[in-house]
Amino acid sequence: MSDLPILSIIIFLPLLGVLLLSIINSKSSGGERNLKQTALWVSTLNFVISIVMLINFDQSNVDFQFVENYFWINSGISYHIGIDGISILLIILTTFLMPICILASYESIKHSIKEYLIAFLILETLMIGVFCSLDLVLFYLFFEGGLIPMFLIIGIWGGDRRVYSTFKFFLFTLAGSVFMLLAIIAIYMDTGTTDIVYLLDYDLDHSLQYIFWLAFFASFAVKIPMWPVHTWLPDAHVEAPTAGSVILAGVLLKMAGYGFIRFSLGLFPVASDYFAPLIFTLSIIAIIYASLIALVQKDMKKLIAYSSVAHMGFVTLGIFTFTIQGIEGAMIQMISHGIVSAALFLCVGIVYDRIHTREIDRYGGLVNRMPVYAFVFMIFIMGSIGLPGTSGFIGEFLVLLAVFSVNTYFAVFATTGVVLAATYSLWLYRKVVFGSLVKEDLQDILDLSKREIIILFPLAFLTIFFGFYPQPLIDIIEPATINLISNISNDINLTESITQIESEH
Amino acid sequence: MNIFLPILPEISIFISAIFLLLLGLFIKNIKLIINLAVVTLILAIFFVIYQPIGTAFNNSLVNDEFSKVIKILILLGSLASIIMYHSSRKDLNIDLYEFPILILLATIGMLVMASANDLIAIFIGLELQSLTLYVLASLNRNHLASSEAGLKYFLLGALSSGLLLFGLSYIYGFTGNTNLNLISTTVAPGNIGLIIGIVFVTSGLAFKVSAVPFHMWTPDVYEGAPTPVTAFFAMAPKVAAIAVAVRFLIVGFSDVAFEWQQIIIFLSIASMVFAAFAAIAQTNIKRLMAYSSIGHVGYALIGLACGTEQGISSIVIYLSIYLVMNIGVFSFILSMKYKGEHYENISDLSGLYKNHPYYSVIITVFMFSLAGIPPLAGFFGKFYIFIAAIESNLMLLAIIGILASVVGAFYYLRIIKVIYFDEEKHSFDGFNHKSLHLLIHPSAFLIILFCLYPLPLINIANYAANAFY
Repeated sequence: MSDLPILSIIIFLPLLGVLLLSIINSKSSGGERNLKQTALWVSTLNFVISIVMLINFDQSNVDFQFVENYFWINSGISYHIGIDGISILLIILTTFLMPICILASYESIKHSIKEYLIAFLILETLMIGVFCSLDLVLFYLFFEGGLIPMFLIIGIWGGDRRVYSTFKFFLFTLAGSVFMLLAIIAIYMDTGTTDIVYLLDYDLDHSLQYIFWLAFFASFAVKIPMWPVHTWLPDAHVEAPTAGSVILAGVLLKMAGYGFIRFSLGLFPVASDYFAPLIFTLSIIAIIYASLIALVQKDMKKLIAYSSVAHMGFVTLGIFTFTIQGIEGAMIQMISHGIVSAALFLCVGIVYDRIHTREIDRYGGLVNRMPVYAFVFMIFIMGSIGLPGTSGFIGEFLVLLAVFSVNTYFAVFATTGVVLAATYSLWLYRKVVFGSLVKEDLQDILDLSKREIIILFPLAFLTIFFGFYPQPLIDIIEPATINLISNISNDINLTESITQIESEH
Repeated sequence: MNIFLPILPEISIFISAIFLLLLGLFIKNIKLIINLAVVTLILAIFFVIYQPIGTAFNNSLVNDEFSKVIKILILLGSLASIIMYHSSRKDLNIDLYEFPILILLATIGMLVMASANDLIAIFIGLELQSLTLYVLASLNRNHLASSEAGLKYFLLGALSSGLLLFGLSYIYGFTGNTNLNLISTTVAPGNIGLIIGIVFVTSGLAFKVSAVPFHMWTPDVYEGAPTPVTAFFAMAPKVAAIAVAVRFLIVGFSDVAFEWQQIIIFLSIASMVFAAFAAIAQTNIKRLMAYSSIGHVGYALIGLACGTEQGISSIVIYLSIYLVMNIGVFSFILSMKYKGEHYENISDLSGLYKNHPYYSVIITVFMFSLAGIPPLAGFFGKFYIFIAAIESNLMLLAIIGILASVVGAFYYLRIIKVIYFDEEKHSFDGFNHKSLHLLIHPSAFLIILFCLYPLPLINIANYAANAFY
């Protein structure tokens, strides 16, 4: 078992699926069905393999596991992959959401289903690659490569303003990321390697750290997205097809959160410490500003998109507290947001498939015709608010706890965000689900089909399960987090004592 | 015999060109002539590979690692252009047996350029190449745009040759030598006459590689010339001219690198930034590719501005990948035909993917690669260029370059947008010419799979750069 390159299998199995899909003739009778089934089975198989990997994962070991290291470009840039407690959950999240996305697209995608499925499977490979990479160049390759399929997914199968949105998405992200590329090259010049395991122990020159940190920040801030570079997200979400939004909210945003933890904190601890107030300020602005904007939205998807900006604000807030609770909270918040916001987008997609509008005013009283839908929708809305008993609560609570221990003012502002989240979420739920069913086109709307129940119930179950019993997540995250924090605090304390000595002289 | 060994490829192509010219007078079988030209070029590639390293004619031509690699690139570019010509000669109304022969003659000029180590050899090579290119540009003489392109190219080209020659005369006057190695021993900083010479020569060469501000001819010539000729312009002469610039500046004037470095940096920044913005408004795909080539030359010049071994190696990597991408894109442009008529507007591609999903994927791959998006080969070209720039502390150049690449991404994306997101317009009946398949699939294959095993090209590039250090 240990000899098997299980990580590489998980990364590249979807590509094998792409090969399979490309030889299936979609024009033959039942061809479309075959395509969907193949993609579904490949992604499900990948999920099963990743679960096997989770079972074999040694939680007490803080080193990288399932490591593979092959020669690639030169001795400094290699194909080096491996996972630890921080990345494994995000990989599982990716492989878990992928079959759901494919299942969710069974009926909503009307044309070019083959290319659609191929784009999704390529995207899966690239996303998993991001979380596994232990080499900066390899990481950049996967990180940027993801733009290509996402650009096509939004552009081809999106809504009316899809061209504008997809260009905005692509160019914003690219513009942020190219600075990271320059920083990666500069790190390579400085140390002769881009191997992350080596760099995590290497103490980069402190004056360079600030520049590198800003370059990486430019990329991750756009991707996560932080205020004021968040404007691509609502556009991209609104125009993307349902499954595209699910992947965007569920996984793509997490790549940046992961990047902050792994690179900004791990490689540039001194600079992270220095810039933490900046991150705090931007996060607080993001939380409050995005929540207020969410309050006045007319479009359901846009509302959820703005709520994503606010929720990711909690993630960045937690990461830069440099406390164990903060980073654990940020991780759990990411997992929880991956489940809840993905589910919310699916819920919007379900009603959109029925009456083809996302305008909140066009709905009302759905509970009368769709009781099951109203039930699961409520669970996810509660998860989004962060109600105790849902996974959203655990993450936000840990983050707020950590922020409180660092700075009370920031904690007060952040808590305001929770109240605002309750306001817009409940408002959305009331407008869509409650009331009497008066709208003409809603009179004969149907409740969830079997396929939709299969999609939504696992997500609902996990939302509540992790709300009551987050221990399995914490068990995995904690050793890696403690290890990270001890590394960082060593570096930071060292710097502080040096400056202290210098000032004394 | 030994004296001819270093110029064996040039001689073999020359003999073949003369023979084919005579053959063409008596035989009307153009296909035969094309085939023989192809065989000649393939033979020449073998000659280049197995040729020993050495010098000829009193060190005025050298055959080192760098020239060998550049020559192979040039020969591949010429080969691809002849194949493209073959696929479209009937439709484009250029069914003339002179075409392959002119390509062969231009190739000789470029091979001389690649090994020229003497001011006179540089000029001879450059002129042999340029004069043939003027004729090639106006090959379709019944077509107004083609004649105009040829004339424009000739006038501006003659001007630039004059500038070049003027500069060469200054350099000769102030150093007393024409051989680059000998010049390098007499070069000293602060010699104003020498600087004037370098400025004029660099301007002349900048014209040949179409770097801004000497780029004005490029869009018109690219648009007016028949497509196979445009493809040829975009590939081989660019490689040859950059090779001349590299050898001229690195071998002859590395002692005054700080003097010419500023010129190259300016040319590089101007080309990258100007091309990125100017290309946005283009509607003709050949014109767009002209601006694209201006931009790419700007990136290649970053490597030259570094003047280091890593810089030269990155130029070779960049040019190789650029060549492969251009082979692919121009084969694709040649396939844009409907009922025997060729289309060149970007809007003609509208909705292409409904009818030709496979070819849409291929052109998408090329466009993303030209834009430098990983994991495609174009990314690695830029990656190495930026490595060289940061190694030489040219941080500002790297930052401007990378920002220009973001702007540049926009116009490549626009083509993809037209193909995928717009409503269907034409159903092209192209993509069925056998010889184009020979080009388009291997180049797409190389672009996609380059990331898996980049080592061979990197080794070749390091081998080439080794020649100067």
